[in-house]
Amino acid sequence: MLSQRTIEIGVGLFLLTAFAALLILAFRVSGLTSFFDTKTYQVTAAFDDIGQLKIRSAVKIDGVNVGEVSSIHLDTTTFKAIVTMNINQKMNQIPDDSSAAILTAGLLGDNYIALTPMYSQTFLENGSEITDTHSAMILEKLIGQFIFNINKAAHPSSDQKSVTSH
Amino acid sequence: MMFERTASIGRLGLVIVRDWGKSGQLLFRILFRLPKPFRGFPALLQQIFAEGVLSLSIIVVSGLFIGMVLALQGHHTLAKFGASMELGPLVALSVLRELGPVVTAILFAGRAGSALTAEIGLMKATAQLSSMEMMAVDPIQRIISPRLWGGFVSLPLLTLIFNVTAIYGAWLVGVQWLGFDPGTFWSNMQSSVEFRLDVVNGIIKSVVFGFVVTLIAVHQGYFSESTSSGIANATTRTVVYSSLAVLGLDFVLTAMMIGGW
Repeated sequence: MLSQRTIEIGVGLFLLTAFAALLILAFRVSGLTSFFDTKTYQVTAAFDDIGQLKIRSAVKIDGVNVGEVSSIHLDTTTFKAIVTMNINQKMNQIPDDSSAAILTAGLLGDNYIALTPMYSQTFLENGSEITDTHSAMILEKLIGQFIFNINKAAHPSSDQKSVTSH
Repeated sequence: MMFERTASIGRLGLVIVRDWGKSGQLLFRILFRLPKPFRGFPALLQQIFAEGVLSLSIIVVSGLFIGMVLALQGHHTLAKFGASMELGPLVALSVLRELGPVVTAILFAGRAGSALTAEIGLMKATAQLSSMEMMAVDPIQRIISPRLWGGFVSLPLLTLIFNVTAIYGAWLVGVQWLGFDPGTFWSNMQSSVEFRLDVVNGIIKSVVFGFVVTLIAVHQGYFSESTSSGIANATTRTVVYSSLAVLGLDFVLTAMMIGGW
């Protein structure tokens, strides 16, 4: 029979190991960073098509993470998708004429919002709206358009105007 | 003939219901007769030591090997699609969500649950439990309760340790042996593993499993037949029932978690 002291030390070490394991799972494996709420401000943007954009998708400038999408809903009068994003308070000097585009990481990757800063001297703040937006590129639409154009090019006599309009 | 068949089915039903009832009664008595706050504490520590600390070796070794095997298999399949960089998320998600809680619980049932049943069963067979009662010591409070709580505390902690060793096992094979980039391995893992949905849900599962496995073990021991074959049967039943209960409950819990409760 082990002495009570050995048992206590063993159990103590066991608890410490398990706690260390929890910390590793939290910070190393799941990359938990929102443990302490980072200060953010909210900016909205209206898009024609958000593709596969989801809540918690990243918002990036030049590929660097500056925030995340917090909500997506459909405006019932204009039928545009209103995307609200939380941007890190540290990034409080983004010009308010910047444009927002929905891009895809790699060919099949996740969608994210890329902000392109412009040159205005006034900055985005809580509640501002980004007016210059570019919708997601949908691969199927592009392929459809491409095939449509090829068909048009193969039979140029039928309707020349619609080819040039694309 | 016909009536006998029906009667035997009825008898089986009664036995099952009576077992569940006894188990519920036992649980009720354990919950309302907790170990005494200070005097019961050493007994609880001893049980955490016996069920948790002494199970560490089997948990760590199997975690390591399961992680390593997952990494090899995952690499083999993912490489066909040119998606080897998804190895980290594959291993982390399958371990955190399913393999960690389930495998730990089944190993725990084999390592600690069977020992619990045999110990309590033998105590009962050698009339230690009833002689305690004669001395006005409540065997539920003194013997059963610390064992149940010990297992309840130990299994989630063992699961955490299993998860981490499995992920480092995968890292060992993926990064050290197959030569993946460690940065890609970790950052892809971090971007697809979510703390609340993956890590915490896995812990919730293991809490439920810990409770169910130790309750089955304690029940089988406490109500075992006081013969050598009775104890043998009780030990077997502990491992069989708790493995089945873990697998069945895992399905139910996963369905609930994916369905968002």
